[in-house]
Amino acid sequence: MKRREFLTKSIGAGIAAGAGLAMVNFDNIGASEKLSYINSNLGEYDLTAVMGGEPAEMFDKAIAALGGMGRYVKKNQKVVVKPNIGWDASPERAANTNPFLVKRIIEHCIQAGAKEVVVFDYTCDNWQLCYSNSGIEKAVKDAGGKIAPGNSESYYHPVVVPKGKVLKEAKEHELILGADVFINVPILKNHEGATLTISMKNLMGIVWDRRFWHRNDLQQCIADFATYRKPTLNVVDAYRVMKQNGPKGKTVNDVTTMKYLIMSEDMVAADAAAAKLFGMDPKSVDHIRIAAEMGAGRMDLDKLKINRIKIS
Amino acid sequence: MLQRLKYARIFISGCVLIIVILAFLGMPGFIPNRFFVNFLTFLQFIPSSLKFFSVLSFAAFGFIIVFILSLLFGRIYCSLICPLGIFQDVLSRIGKRFRKRKIFRYSKPHNYLRYGILLITVLSLFTGSIFLLNLLDPYSNFGKIWSGLFRPVVISGNDILAHITEKAGIYWLYPVGLKALFWQSLIFPFLFFITVLIMSVGKGRLFCNTICPVGSFLALVSKTSIFKIKISENNCTHCGKCSVVCKASCIDIKIKSVDFSRCVGCFNCIHSCPESAINYKISFLKISSNKNIEPAKELSFKNNSGNEIINKNDESLITEKIQVDRRNFLGRILFFAAGSGFIYNKISAARIIPGNKSGKYNIKRNYPVTPPGSYSIENFNKHCTACHLCVSICPTQVLQPSFLQYGITGFLQPYMDFTHSFCNYECTKCSEICPTNSIIKLTVEKKKAVQPGKVIFVKKNCVVYADETACGACSEHCPTKAVHMMHYKGTLTIPEINQSICVGCGACEYACPAKPFKAIFVDGNPMHLTAFSSKDKKVKASTIEDFPF
Repeated sequence: MKRREFLTKSIGAGIAAGAGLAMVNFDNIGASEKLSYINSNLGEYDLTAVMGGEPAEMFDKAIAALGGMGRYVKKNQKVVVKPNIGWDASPERAANTNPFLVKRIIEHCIQAGAKEVVVFDYTCDNWQLCYSNSGIEKAVKDAGGKIAPGNSESYYHPVVVPKGKVLKEAKEHELILGADVFINVPILKNHEGATLTISMKNLMGIVWDRRFWHRNDLQQCIADFATYRKPTLNVVDAYRVMKQNGPKGKTVNDVTTMKYLIMSEDMVAADAAAAKLFGMDPKSVDHIRIAAEMGAGRMDLDKLKINRIKIS
Repeated sequence: MLQRLKYARIFISGCVLIIVILAFLGMPGFIPNRFFVNFLTFLQFIPSSLKFFSVLSFAAFGFIIVFILSLLFGRIYCSLICPLGIFQDVLSRIGKRFRKRKIFRYSKPHNYLRYGILLITVLSLFTGSIFLLNLLDPYSNFGKIWSGLFRPVVISGNDILAHITEKAGIYWLYPVGLKALFWQSLIFPFLFFITVLIMSVGKGRLFCNTICPVGSFLALVSKTSIFKIKISENNCTHCGKCSVVCKASCIDIKIKSVDFSRCVGCFNCIHSCPESAINYKISFLKISSNKNIEPAKELSFKNNSGNEIINKNDESLITEKIQVDRRNFLGRILFFAAGSGFIYNKISAARIIPGNKSGKYNIKRNYPVTPPGSYSIENFNKHCTACHLCVSICPTQVLQPSFLQYGITGFLQPYMDFTHSFCNYECTKCSEICPTNSIIKLTVEKKKAVQPGKVIFVKKNCVVYADETACGACSEHCPTKAVHMMHYKGTLTIPEINQSICVGCGACEYACPAKPFKAIFVDGNPMHLTAFSSKDKKVKASTIEDFPF
């Protein structure tokens, strides 16, 4: 019933989007063509890394180097931004994505003409407390986005993971299923179970039955899901980094300020680079290794084209 | 002037009812300011007196205010402050449509019943158990009804509405979601509600004047009130308008008398009287004069002998009844004591981990976990009236009404249910809202140092041990790292516990994915212990000067 409802709904959305496209005037199309021309020059990098700035500033530089948000977000599109809002903790504790970064990403999306920008996470702690104490709820509202709940099973609809070895099906949040653009904004953290939590692990916040993952080889399930759901863009927040007691952390003592940001369309590449930042060999993080082996992305950083931007 | 008292009563009681109902519905965003809720629960007679006698502090003098108010004006508590009383007025008003006879009518008092119940309830307190009091306390039962029966309905309604509005892209309503609902714990509130519903729709405040021990106690107090509602002999025309609006059925118009011990102070009679004949009058004489002589005096004025006979009969019958009751109920009390002792023993004898065929271990708690701030299970059981205000307020819904987890002595008192949720580390809401002394107010810092239960790890049930795959869900959720992951095999890590820093929040148990039995759980501490804090050193500042790739 729910699936059918959803299907009709998404077909409706598709028609609406199609109609929207048909009505775009020619000047704009010309502009976006121009933009994509510029992008093709700038966008030959597999990964963009920025260091030494404030979170919003680093994102500005990174997205400017790719020719602006218009590269990913077209007019009237529905955008979902998925930060990590898993814990009832203040921004200083770096358990959740930096609110300034989330805010800036939304602002760029709206500037690029997004119809709506929705933010959610299936939180671990009580979701209202997570949303407010992380500072993300306010950041989203200030930027003109919408914040939506993710803690009710009714939002989640069954999907098939064709290449999954263990995880063959899951239930995914309808906002993701209905989105044109999905921007994944994890924060780099130590994780006592999964070694590290970055882009791929952050996708556990868009599926319903996480206990299944934990029960049935967590690392394999993370990699399995990465073969299915590929975000449009991944922005790894490594401004403040939780080095121990992750992913929830206890106090600010677990956190060190690093001032990095990594951006890539390839989750595995982003996670491999972030692992390096953390001081780990990407191969020693099982889900990164398995995902690379399964072809979900590339972890051979030395063969990737990396745009390195330093802010001094 | 006094004829308008009715409107003041309706206004005040309306505000009280709305605030208390909103508190008990516990809808996030609609919970009234704690100041209002605490003020209203401060005035609730049973919770307030329990708190007073347990801390022996005048900080809990709410019931003394009620006592003084009753000494002055009679049982206005029943109409202004008692949420169950006000709720009955509403039910009665709605029920009027379905009632054949739209009016009330004088009825004789059920004195044996009401004072009998009061006596038994008071005597039962000497067994050290507030079980009977909890079954009868009007405030707590109002709470149980709204928290247990109406809250689920309202939340479900909200959730359905939220799904509809969200389809339209509006997110100001959101599904709240009921975490757990144990039907056993709803039986009593349901039966109580049906009783109150039938009694109030049929006979107004019959419940308050037959069953409610607070009503009966205040009835005794109001016999000596300074101001009483009386019918003025000269002005009364016997029209009976006051009698038919009296929901306490306490105005006998034939003899122009008001049974003030049953009057709940609704002021409907004062409002209804066209001659202003019924009103508050000072009754100094009654206080100073001899009880046996006084009615006779009035009688000689009234020239009505029937009245005196009724009064005398009542008095003598009550004392007789009390003597009989005493003998009868001593036996019952002994039974109660024995019963509670038996059940307590049964709990302590429960085993933690009996074996199981699958090679995994079933887990069973020695003790249920009481909320932080309750200090011990014994303290909690002694003081909690099971009003379920904390259950409604709890943002994570970890607090759930028990059924018999605490035995009969703790019937329906809340406990921490870790199968559906866990206690938020930073939250102290239940301790701030509790009207009795069962959950004593804690600061966040103090709460973090309390250990209401401690973690127990059952390695054989653990995914890491049994399947040799990564997990760490328990440690992930642990706020203190009392559960942390230690190197196991290869890249695998396995939980290790440190009970001394455990705060018993149950996050590990909630998060544990192991089936069919959890690999980690929290066992209650009968006496809450101290959770020591473990301070980790500040991590080294980042030394990377350049991109490491």
